[in-house]
Amino acid sequence: MCTYITDTFEVSGSAKGPDGWIRVTDASVYFDHPQHAFADHTLNIDLRRPADGPAARVAIELTAESARALATSILAILDQVPEGLVTA
Amino acid sequence: MYDATLAETVYFAGNNGDQIEGYLARPLDPTPRGGVVVIHHFPGYDRETKEHVRRFAAMGYNALCPNLYTRVAPGASAEDQAAAARAQGGSPDPQVVGDVAGARTYLQALSNSNGKIGVIGHCSGGRHTFLMSLELPIDAAVVCYGGLIVGETPPQMPTMVPLVDRAGEVKSPILGLFGNDDKFPTPEQVDIIDKALTNEGKEHEFHRYDGAGHAFFSVDRPAYRVEAAVDGWQRISEFYGRHLAG
Repeated sequence: MCTYITDTFEVSGSAKGPDGWIRVTDASVYFDHPQHAFADHTLNIDLRRPADGPAARVAIELTAESARALATSILAILDQVPEGLVTA
Repeated sequence: MYDATLAETVYFAGNNGDQIEGYLARPLDPTPRGGVVVIHHFPGYDRETKEHVRRFAAMGYNALCPNLYTRVAPGASAEDQAAAARAQGGSPDPQVVGDVAGARTYLQALSNSNGKIGVIGHCSGGRHTFLMSLELPIDAAVVCYGGLIVGETPPQMPTMVPLVDRAGEVKSPILGLFGNDDKFPTPEQVDIIDKALTNEGKEHEFHRYDGAGHAFFSVDRPAYRVEAAVDGWQRISEFYGRHLAG
């Protein structure tokens, strides 16, 4: 189904697309039909810079399994960062 | 038989008179015929939806899909518009009604229109199609696995209210096509819609397919189920043949 499950929040960092790097300010995370991935539904992430227009984004569509693996990896890596390097 | 068709992007007045982009396909034969408004799903104004528009033209109808996300990011790619629209919470129901009303008016103004209008949508577009049968004077509505006609309003989309309680307001015959393996709507939810329409004496026919789930018409997704889709297209052809002729 077209789920309406969407989370949006501010982020700080950069993302690289085919036209180079953009400094991203916003993220959308949702689970819905993908535009490109060969799956009925995927976990989708848009890393965006709306100030530069709707095309200023890097988009990811991952199967639920892949998305969980990514999320687990991100948290595991952050947990391993030596004390003092991150505040969050 | 003269079978030339023209498919192109057009612009027309949508809700509040806003200029809306749409994808139009129409037979060039001047014989009067019905029109079909195709409502795209939540992920946007995409290639497969445009394929449906062209298919309706090949079936003999004038067909138009309004880009419900035109306002969000004019000139951007459809995928980027969809991403921007989602970040803003999608399109409110009243705005979608206004945009579809504009598409209806556009189709009825074509020189080969017979004035009859059908609406069709899949998934969120199926819900929107049910909404149009409540809100607009249309002649036939085809609801393909519309979610959230029954159910709870998603917290992120407070305007996305269930519609089944308004079944008594339905103004057009409804053809419903559903997969029995679907979770949104479940077969039990389809039962609720069916019963509500029956109780209100509203003309409708539902076809429900075993071995098919959500999005079984989607030829480019794993959900595609050829037997359900082929039968579904036949039902649509017969339904519009009955209600949009004249």
